[in-house]
Amino acid sequence: MIELIVYGIVLGSIIALGAIGLTMVYRIVGFANFAHGEFMTAGAYIALFFVSILLPWMGFPDSRFVPLSFGWRMVVAFPFTMAAVALIAILLDKILYKKLRAKKSGAVILAMSSLGASFIIRMTILIIWGSDYIFYRPGLMRPALHLPLGIKIRPDQIFIFCAAIFLVILLHLFLKRTKMGKAMRATADNTDLALVTGIDTERIISWTWAIGGGLAAAGGVLYGIDVQLHPGMGWNFLIPIFAATILGSIGNIYGALIGGFVIGIAQQVSTAFLAPTYKLAVAFIIMIIILLVRPQGIFGKE
Amino acid sequence: MEFSGILSYIVSLAIMAGIYAIFCLGLNIQWGYTGLFNIGIAGFFCIGAYTSAMITTPMPSGIYAQYVHQIFGLNLPFIFGLLGAAIVCGIIALLIGIPTLRLGEDYLAIATLGIAETIRLIFNNEQWLANGPRGLMDMPQPFHNLVSPQNYNYIYLVITIIAMVIIYLAIEKAIRSPWGRVLRAIREDEGSASMSGKDIFNFKMQSLIFGSMVMGIGGALYAHYTKAISPSVFTPLYGTFIIWVMLMAGGSGNNKGAILGAYVIWGIWVGTKFVTDFLPYTLQSRAPYIRFLIIGILLEIILLYRPQGLMGEEKRISKLID
Amino acid sequence: MTILKVENVSAGYVTESNILHNLSLELNEGEIVSVIGPNGAGKSTLLKTIFGLLKPREGRILLKNEDISGLKPFKIAQKGVSYVPQVNNVFPSLTIQENLEMGAFIRDDDYTDTMEEVYALFPVLKERRNHKAGQLSGGQRQMVAMGRALMLKPQVLLLDEPSAGLAPIFVASIFDKIKEINTTGVSMIIVEQNAKEALKMSHRGYVLAMGQNVLDDKSDALLANEEVGRLYLGG
Repeated sequence: MIELIVYGIVLGSIIALGAIGLTMVYRIVGFANFAHGEFMTAGAYIALFFVSILLPWMGFPDSRFVPLSFGWRMVVAFPFTMAAVALIAILLDKILYKKLRAKKSGAVILAMSSLGASFIIRMTILIIWGSDYIFYRPGLMRPALHLPLGIKIRPDQIFIFCAAIFLVILLHLFLKRTKMGKAMRATADNTDLALVTGIDTERIISWTWAIGGGLAAAGGVLYGIDVQLHPGMGWNFLIPIFAATILGSIGNIYGALIGGFVIGIAQQVSTAFLAPTYKLAVAFIIMIIILLVRPQGIFGKE
Repeated sequence: MEFSGILSYIVSLAIMAGIYAIFCLGLNIQWGYTGLFNIGIAGFFCIGAYTSAMITTPMPSGIYAQYVHQIFGLNLPFIFGLLGAAIVCGIIALLIGIPTLRLGEDYLAIATLGIAETIRLIFNNEQWLANGPRGLMDMPQPFHNLVSPQNYNYIYLVITIIAMVIIYLAIEKAIRSPWGRVLRAIREDEGSASMSGKDIFNFKMQSLIFGSMVMGIGGALYAHYTKAISPSVFTPLYGTFIIWVMLMAGGSGNNKGAILGAYVIWGIWVGTKFVTDFLPYTLQSRAPYIRFLIIGILLEIILLYRPQGLMGEEKRISKLID
Repeated sequence: MTILKVENVSAGYVTESNILHNLSLELNEGEIVSVIGPNGAGKSTLLKTIFGLLKPREGRILLKNEDISGLKPFKIAQKGVSYVPQVNNVFPSLTIQENLEMGAFIRDDDYTDTMEEVYALFPVLKERRNHKAGQLSGGQRQMVAMGRALMLKPQVLLLDEPSAGLAPIFVASIFDKIKEINTTGVSMIIVEQNAKEALKMSHRGYVLAMGQNVLDDKSDALLANEEVGRLYLGG
């Protein structure tokens, strides 16, 4: 059981990375982004491109930080991947959502178009990479560490948790200390007043997409490091990240973080009683329960 | 290709498009007329198909029972399959609606998505329910002893069209009734529909149930047409997304548009097959993804440049008011 | 000199339906102008139109002879106009300090002096600078809202019902603050339900009804006017 909880925390940190971005987009841009899971998939595959094609082509040597499963190539690829997906998110907004916003399309139309965008992204990935399951480093033995208290965890997984926490801390500092970060919080608080204050809300929206996309991409890469890559991975995260977002109250980043851990742990613990394929259903049931009992989430107001 | 080959190909297209048209009609009730954002159509598709399958096939017996498991098998005629599918879907819609209809539009969407995925997971995982991933086969086809097998599709096309027309007329009648006017008032502006929350909830529920029953019939017709169903058929792409594209393309809020959209988009879908047939051999495995990419882009183009679809919303709903 | 001029402006929220009809108003440099009238007279709508939240369908708005009609709010803010809405006028989850910083968002220069001035004007806020704005009382929130607007160092300040929802003791102090702000050279337009108090501290006043000009004059004259008194000042 301890193992399940521990892995649930690892999984939860990946879910949290997706949920944080989703909750920001939901609050600031104003709709449910069904393509958010695909940002995770895109991140994983773009990192794959860096690590297995671009960096080797550039002559970047292979390496491995034993006992982790990756080396310098992944470390270099990571930030560039986040930036690439951030860019994709911003472009997607400019090409699609911004135009729909200009036409005063409702939140439902925006959500519908994001559903379309999710399929477009996933199909593109399928076209380029096919439907096989891929590993960043195939054939690698990745034994678990045996820690006290009966905790078994792989070194990669410790890294994933730390990386997620690190990114969240970075985000926190950005939001609390920088001008743009404060402006984002202000816009999330009261969009009308932000306009009145002279904040350029379109720029804020672009920043929101960039951060949301970047964090989701990080989540995808981390998942790929831990498990594997397959084109449906992001879609499978969609319900868990929505559940985490709703649990943590829409617009609340720390809520999304906590929500991520709760959902992750719940999903893993459920495998003690249910078949693992039902993990998604577990996230979904939790979400429905929250919507029934306390739809505003942990931190929302009545 | 000889003429009869082309003709039978067109007939099979018309049947599939007709089945999808029924789904579009069902979705139109929920979305076009009531504004419910249901992205779990695949769930009703699945349940309608499986319910009809199990109503119309016998319980596996003898050696057969070791390979095929299903939770029930009533071996009743086709029409009971259709009705059963509709009723079961209606009940499921009721159960889904109770927790989710009070929520905002996007919450309803996520909830319906989750339910559809969960339904598919259950059907895939629980062998005892409906044979798990292998699915069910040999659903009976009505009147199949009237003609030779290669000509059967003509009969099925007639059956499909009859079902479609009956459903179309039923919906048209309902929409022009006072009930239909209330639905549209709710869609326009819930706040000013000046009814109590409980009444709005009831109307939405009725719309959800009605639409789902129609979708159940669509699922049943699909099962009896293809004679083989499995959970992998009822994916978000084939079972939900494409129907949305069809309805948006044809014109939401317009029943003729729903039917037109189904035929047009199905035609385009099939047409993309001809395009991808020209791809070099190495890309052939990517063909379905390319085709779906085209459909996805098509939806975005529709939403950006012609959100009202080909036919737009029906202008004159009631001769009394408009 | 006229610093702001509203020329025959008509505007509305819904198509084909105007709230303001052919409205005109002038603000001179250094003045406080109050806008009074019954509910639904279009007073708030007037401020929103000046600030670009609503586009005039007819007429125009001039800031020092520059046509600013229909410009986006952040552009109008850049030209030195600040607006304090009636409700939802602070960022509740941001601290007082951060609210003020947001007020200076579009400024490129060093705004520490301005912040000190605002804190000097509202000492209570300085004590509580790290409290979240949403946790403050109504009166304090109003101060934050005005302080935020002042961080811009505006030439023109638009206030929408600054005394709304405030306990009577605070009303007087808010109006005192407004007069104090005016002495630093900020021209103001104040929309007020509390017509008597508004006229008492303004130089000139405009009476609106049904989105149209009814009367305008020096505030003293309006206060002395019996009909105005009966209709709009509660006898």
